[in-house]
Amino acid sequence: MRKVVWFLAVLVVVGLLGWAQAGTPLVLDKPSSLADISLKVFGDSAYAPAIMRATNSKALVDHSFARISRLDEILPAGAKLWVPDAAWAKAFLAVWDPNRVEDLFGGGKLVVGSWWTAGGEAEGLEALFALYRESFPDVVIVNATVAGGAGFVFKAVLKPRLIAGDPPDTFQLHAGLEVEGYSPEVYLRPLDDLYAIFGWDKVFPPDLLDLMRYEGHYWGVPVNIHRSNVLWYNKEIFAKYGLKPPANWDEFFQICEVLKEKGIVPITLANAGGWEAPHLFETILASTLTPEEYRGLWTGTTPWTHPGVTQALEILKKILDYVNPDYSAHTWDTVLEYIAAGRGAMNVMGDWAMGWFMAKGVDVGWAPVPGTKGVFVALSDTFAFPKRASNPINVIGWLAVCGSKEGQIAFNMRKGSIPARTDITPEEKAQFNPYLQSCMEDWARDAIVPSVMHGAAAPESWVVDFKDAINLFLVTKDVAGTQAALVAAAKAALGK
Amino acid sequence: MWLKRKRDQVLSVLLVLPSALAILVFVYGFIALTTYVSFSNWNRLVPDYSFVGAANYLRLFQNPRFLITLRNLGVFTGLFVGGSLVLGFLLAVLLDRRIKAEGLFRTIYLYPLALSFIVTGVVWRWLLNPGSPQMGSTGINLLLEMMGLGFLKTGWYTDPRIGIIAVAVAAIWQMSGYVMAMYLAGLRGIPEELREAARVDGASELQIYRYVVLPLLRPITFGALIVLGHISLKIYDLVVAMTGPGPGYSCDVPAYFMWELTFRANRFAQGAGIAIILLVIVSILIVPYLRYSLRREVET
Repeated sequence: MRKVVWFLAVLVVVGLLGWAQAGTPLVLDKPSSLADISLKVFGDSAYAPAIMRATNSKALVDHSFARISRLDEILPAGAKLWVPDAAWAKAFLAVWDPNRVEDLFGGGKLVVGSWWTAGGEAEGLEALFALYRESFPDVVIVNATVAGGAGFVFKAVLKPRLIAGDPPDTFQLHAGLEVEGYSPEVYLRPLDDLYAIFGWDKVFPPDLLDLMRYEGHYWGVPVNIHRSNVLWYNKEIFAKYGLKPPANWDEFFQICEVLKEKGIVPITLANAGGWEAPHLFETILASTLTPEEYRGLWTGTTPWTHPGVTQALEILKKILDYVNPDYSAHTWDTVLEYIAAGRGAMNVMGDWAMGWFMAKGVDVGWAPVPGTKGVFVALSDTFAFPKRASNPINVIGWLAVCGSKEGQIAFNMRKGSIPARTDITPEEKAQFNPYLQSCMEDWARDAIVPSVMHGAAAPESWVVDFKDAINLFLVTKDVAGTQAALVAAAKAALGK
Repeated sequence: MWLKRKRDQVLSVLLVLPSALAILVFVYGFIALTTYVSFSNWNRLVPDYSFVGAANYLRLFQNPRFLITLRNLGVFTGLFVGGSLVLGFLLAVLLDRRIKAEGLFRTIYLYPLALSFIVTGVVWRWLLNPGSPQMGSTGINLLLEMMGLGFLKTGWYTDPRIGIIAVAVAAIWQMSGYVMAMYLAGLRGIPEELREAARVDGASELQIYRYVVLPLLRPITFGALIVLGHISLKIYDLVVAMTGPGPGYSCDVPAYFMWELTFRANRFAQGAGIAIILLVIVSILIVPYLRYSLRREVET
């Protein structure tokens, strides 16, 4: 209930702050052309089309505004216009194709594609929609979600649409090399100009900007940050046996031995989706390699024959002695029942698990995965801008909402992740729950490395090869063979 | 008179023409396109139709996961087709005894056929979920425990040595009713006089089945074989709903791997290669049957 009140308060404050005011009204005192008005207000007559579009959009909702039918129209005295704010006007000019006259007339749809269908993530998306509607009430939002874990099904639906030239106007894209799978130079619009106009290149942390850059361009606007290397543990079990969260793998295995004797599953594992166990492996890699070495695995500067990889495989092999035997029947959320019921002690999963624990009312403890203190294995959801979007002007506003502080706070409080922006004030941070607050602190000072299973570190074909190699390892436990398979996967992806 | 025959001929061709054209384009045309794509270099999102020979097929056969899926397909097909035929035949023989509640039993055995594989997959996923020592057994394992047969418990689809066999159990449960219905109709079509004659000649019941009934049911067996065979080779939704690829890919099948390869890894050309391989396997099964049935039609 408190969360709801906080959320409404934020929305009211944000509304008052002026999201509803994406510009100012202007009543003409004498007949003028759009070029004259643009010159007077912006100092440059080139913004005439932006003013025309903004006024027409407003006129669809509020009939006191003028309806402009031609760019060179001389508007009469007393005509009421809507002058958009400078950032939006600049973005309009950057995006608008002068051949598309229909874009000057407002309205239209905004088709938003994502896989956020469950609980907190759907609410977060609705919060973003609400903010968008305040500024752009003339646009009809179409929520084109496709259910299915981690976007598996959504991507399969999206790819043929991209090839056919009928994509959604904007869609959810993981930050990092996942964008390679969409051949962005052919199908997506680079967002470098929008980053400069809206100042995003100054407000997102440099490590994230590095992640967002592919082939020298930005392809999406990040809304959140999730952390992958979190160890969740049952506080009661730890208190009962006098255990502390392990700082390294030796302590971890000592704890496992103690718990195994007591008949409790020391470390729970899921793998029904095929990605949960490779997720665990990527966090182990982050512990046996330095952040630079880990990043180097995906760029080719660190060979996969590195002893750190061998060590990580050995650790995973040892962990398999302590996991629940039915791991292949569990998805990431069903296996957390072990911890909730007190039959399992620990689990490694990204911080979307916090949302699950909160919904079940479990007071769970958290710590970085052993050996990864000071390392933040990050993934981020962003929104991309396809070249053949049917309503390109409406996308500008959507990306602006996603990248804005108000949008990110409203979204992340519902989703259980943290905003990507660095300018969140301490008062605003205090609205988030204790885990998220500690996560934001870590985000500001830890070394940031990209997650591979969630689309940041490697293109999808490599992610699938990596996943297949680890899945086979779970059964064969063949360290040398799996390391060779990982070397081959890297060779196939990097072309060396 | 001759004109009327000509007109009839023209009309019949016109009637069939739209369907024939549609099949020509959408079935044979797409098969040709897929074959070409499997020899092309289309392994990113952007289509690339340059010819690269058999490179994709080579890469597929070097992929350990693909070889596992082929092995799983063989095991699954053998178990599913064989199991459904045997179970369906046994059920039909039992129901053929003119028992009292025959209609009721027939309906019960046929009901699973009305379900989609997705429903079957979810139900059997729960039934064959082994549970664990810490959280207790569930499903079939729990039943075995309660009956005192705890030593029969296995990991079902979480055990990589069993894997696809668990999926076959679910599939047999679904389709054996269909086979039973076919055999029941066939058994009813065998005149009682033939069996009487065999009994008079001194044959035992078992011999009657072996030498009289089964040979007469051969066309039904073939028909069931074809239907079951093609379902089995294209099995996909049951695997998705029930187990996913499974530990060590022990439940993986070519259709599932093809979907993941094409839409996740963007390897469209390799995915097309798997599709063509599946087509070839299905053809090996179907073409001899078609030739056999065509020959029989010509003979009669």
